[in-house]
Amino acid sequence: MTLHATHIAKPATVSAVMLKVLAAMLPGIALSVHFNGIGVLVQLLLASVTALLAEAAMLRLRGVPVTPFLKDLSAIVTAWLLALAMPPLGAWWLIVVATLFAIVVAKQLYGGLGNNPFNPAMVGFAVAIISFPAQMAAWGSPLAPLDAAAQLQWIFSHTLPAGSALDAVSSATPLDLLKTGLLQGGRDVSQLLAGDRFGQLGNAGGEWIALGWLAGGLWLWQQKLIPWQTPLATLAGVVAMSGALWLAAPAHYASPLFHLFNGATLLAAMFIVTDPVSGSTTPRGRLIFGGLVGVLTVLIRVFGGFPDAVAFAVLIMNIAVPFIDQYTQPTVFGHKGGRRA
Amino acid sequence: MNNWQEISRNGLWRQNPGLVQLLGLCPVLAISNNVVNALALGLATTLVTALSGTAVASVRNLVPNEIRNPIFIMIIAGLVTCVDLAMNAWLHELYLVLGIFIPLITTNCIVMARAEAFASRNSVTEAALDGLMMGLGLTGVLIALGALRELAGKGTLLAGADKLFGEAGHAMVLHLAPANYQFLLALLPPGAFLGLGLLIAGKNLLDARQRRIAATAANPATHAVSQP
Repeated sequence: MTLHATHIAKPATVSAVMLKVLAAMLPGIALSVHFNGIGVLVQLLLASVTALLAEAAMLRLRGVPVTPFLKDLSAIVTAWLLALAMPPLGAWWLIVVATLFAIVVAKQLYGGLGNNPFNPAMVGFAVAIISFPAQMAAWGSPLAPLDAAAQLQWIFSHTLPAGSALDAVSSATPLDLLKTGLLQGGRDVSQLLAGDRFGQLGNAGGEWIALGWLAGGLWLWQQKLIPWQTPLATLAGVVAMSGALWLAAPAHYASPLFHLFNGATLLAAMFIVTDPVSGSTTPRGRLIFGGLVGVLTVLIRVFGGFPDAVAFAVLIMNIAVPFIDQYTQPTVFGHKGGRRA
Repeated sequence: MNNWQEISRNGLWRQNPGLVQLLGLCPVLAISNNVVNALALGLATTLVTALSGTAVASVRNLVPNEIRNPIFIMIIAGLVTCVDLAMNAWLHELYLVLGIFIPLITTNCIVMARAEAFASRNSVTEAALDGLMMGLGLTGVLIALGALRELAGKGTLLAGADKLFGEAGHAMVLHLAPANYQFLLALLPPGAFLGLGLLIAGKNLLDARQRRIAATAANPATHAVSQP
């Protein structure tokens, strides 16, 4: 038996950290499979395989050792985050294209893990939503999900078994329903939100999945793998911005609760803005970064043209990270708190 | 003669305006969403660079040094107006597509840069050749980028060739993908930036390979030692 110096913590390897991040996603994934069906698992599998192949090919091209970098599992984390943000019934090639962009362009072309200024999963998502808006609407209805065989058939061949309505594969998400409902006019938010699709907290089914992400995030925080500042600031930003709009005109804007439990808000707050590479790294910077991601998410969601806005908000704030970090550097212990240039 | 080869090589490859000098990128990025637009803008720019090179070099000894830039811009603007009117008259449909980017050739950095850096210091024939080669170098990049984006974005090549070549152009269009294929990103501005980045990377790759081959040929012994 070897004796360890118990006061020295074992350094966390990248793969150990990534493994815990993947584990933290499991509750949300389980709930998502429960409500959305097997399509979620297919997306995860397609994204993982594509990510590993793309990562291996790019590492080889770049002339760096392939196996150690593949084993760090960072490509799988990117693939899972992307797959979970994508619609569960999206065509197979859609997730493949998005993952290729995430790994090849957003991650490896910038120099691989640790060098990417933009969150790769969000780049992949942005490419997909900008290029294929129609296919990105393939959110099945959690109220009447297709059976597993029909989901597989739709994902791989874009056909449906006889008797299924197209509405079962591209039912509008609560965010879409609210946006189009408000554009049509005539009804205010409280009337629109009365439908079954909105559940107790604004998103039937989706609200449980969101709580799954929250549970995973809390565990990661307890494990000291993510700081509290970024997730909390992101949620606070969402609540503050949507709350301000809601208080000003409750007939036109949905409540903060609706924004918290819809789209990718909680997934982003727990797993995406906490990316240690593309996010801010100083304590105050994390508050600014997260808060502005939250504010921008609501603003782009409410006033923009796309259904969800998390990806755009994160990418815009990624650009600002070097600037934020420069002005929020904490003073080194022992130095006088002078002004930094 | 050697000097002429040097000028040609600089314009087409070594100092390529689109891939190395990165001058005049606004029209390159904006107009390269298909081959025909890219070709038309490239040729219009080439015409202007060649003519402005000639004109600037022929008056360079008469122009007071202090106010040379305003005078060069007047010359270039006059030439661009000629091109603009000619395209409006003879290639009207294409003219409507290219729109503001034809008059904007006046402010294109590459035209001004060659007038200032080359034409104002060299003989008329050399300046004319330099303008022509720089224009052709830019046209090459535009065509490559246009082909890349059109192929990735719509799966066609030379769509709308009739605007440039008349009725015969209809037969030149290549459809290389199913009719409903579309990859919007390639056609939108991000596609232009990504495509140009890939082209620059490709050029650097070719240059690096060339240098490696040259180094091996010049000194095979050291190369063999350094790579056991």
